[in-house]
Amino acid sequence: MLTPFEIFIIIIMVALGTMFTRFLPFILFPENKKPPETILYLGGVLPSAMMGLLVVYCLRNVSFTSSSHGIPEIIAIASIVIIHKLKNNVLLSIGASTVIYMVLVQAIF
Amino acid sequence: MSSKKREVYAAFKAAFPYTIPVLTGFLVLGMAYGVLMKTSGFETKWAVAMSLIAFCGSMQFAAINLLLSPFNPIQALILSIMVNARHIFYGISMLEKYKGLGKTRNFLIYTLCDETFSIVSGVTVPKDINKKYFYFAISFLDYIYWTMGTLLGCVLGGFITFSTEGLDFALTALFVVLFIEQTKKGKVSKISGVIGIISALIALLIFGADNVVIPAMIIILVLLLSGRKKLC
Repeated sequence: MLTPFEIFIIIIMVALGTMFTRFLPFILFPENKKPPETILYLGGVLPSAMMGLLVVYCLRNVSFTSSSHGIPEIIAIASIVIIHKLKNNVLLSIGASTVIYMVLVQAIF
Repeated sequence: MSSKKREVYAAFKAAFPYTIPVLTGFLVLGMAYGVLMKTSGFETKWAVAMSLIAFCGSMQFAAINLLLSPFNPIQALILSIMVNARHIFYGISMLEKYKGLGKTRNFLIYTLCDETFSIVSGVTVPKDINKKYFYFAISFLDYIYWTMGTLLGCVLGGFITFSTEGLDFALTALFVVLFIEQTKKGKVSKISGVIGIISALIALLIFGADNVVIPAMIIILVLLLSGRKKLC
């Protein structure tokens, strides 16, 4: 077991690593200087690419070969797409699909 | 109320609805983290300190192993940079939005997590709402949800009787909805979104579920840079 001092140091190190990744772009490209064109271009196109990455990242542990075959995830995501297309309401799409998913994993699969 | 107070209040009121999915997801996952820290033998203060100081979701779960292993601060630092590397791309995306916000900007960068990034990059600041306070409200609320979740998990861990299984799907749903919203912004966003999905799938197939993020970021970067002339 680590001593309290060692636990504290580990927390600080985890925070330092995290903050390095959060502050790096803002330090490299300070706000009083115009960033290079390539960086501005990336700043514009990265958000939707990263959202795609985050969606896949959330589903990375879903197994299509065992137990539920990823069916609850497929149904829940299909319901988000449909509800969002029909009602175009962010909260409704998220709330309804989360309830559908909970029912599926708790009661059916 | 002074006019500044009124502006801050209006910003929080406008921002809160966007953060409700995060409230749900962070309370559940934050509580799971609190429970796990307690059952691993750590006092409440350490769980809450980690959430307050490091505020880094999945890395905090990974850090439990670090806390249970022999003392190795350098390993903790390196692992934390690797697991959190995706934040570098969030920062690049926020350079313009977080411009000219004074001291508040440091807090926004300090707390720039997946969920806050998703909301801020997907949502337009409502009319008549101060941009700085609106962004601050989103970041601050998300930060508080996570910390409160951690504290609740430590304190109430054993008392929860209803099943929350699947409730954390709210965060996946948030990302899916904001992905749809992003791709509505035009052809370039649509192609970029597809690039994100395909890159992550390739990384997942080749490197496995535990090593998706960095390879996916590299593939995204290569595709976006090599396709720049065609995209713009």
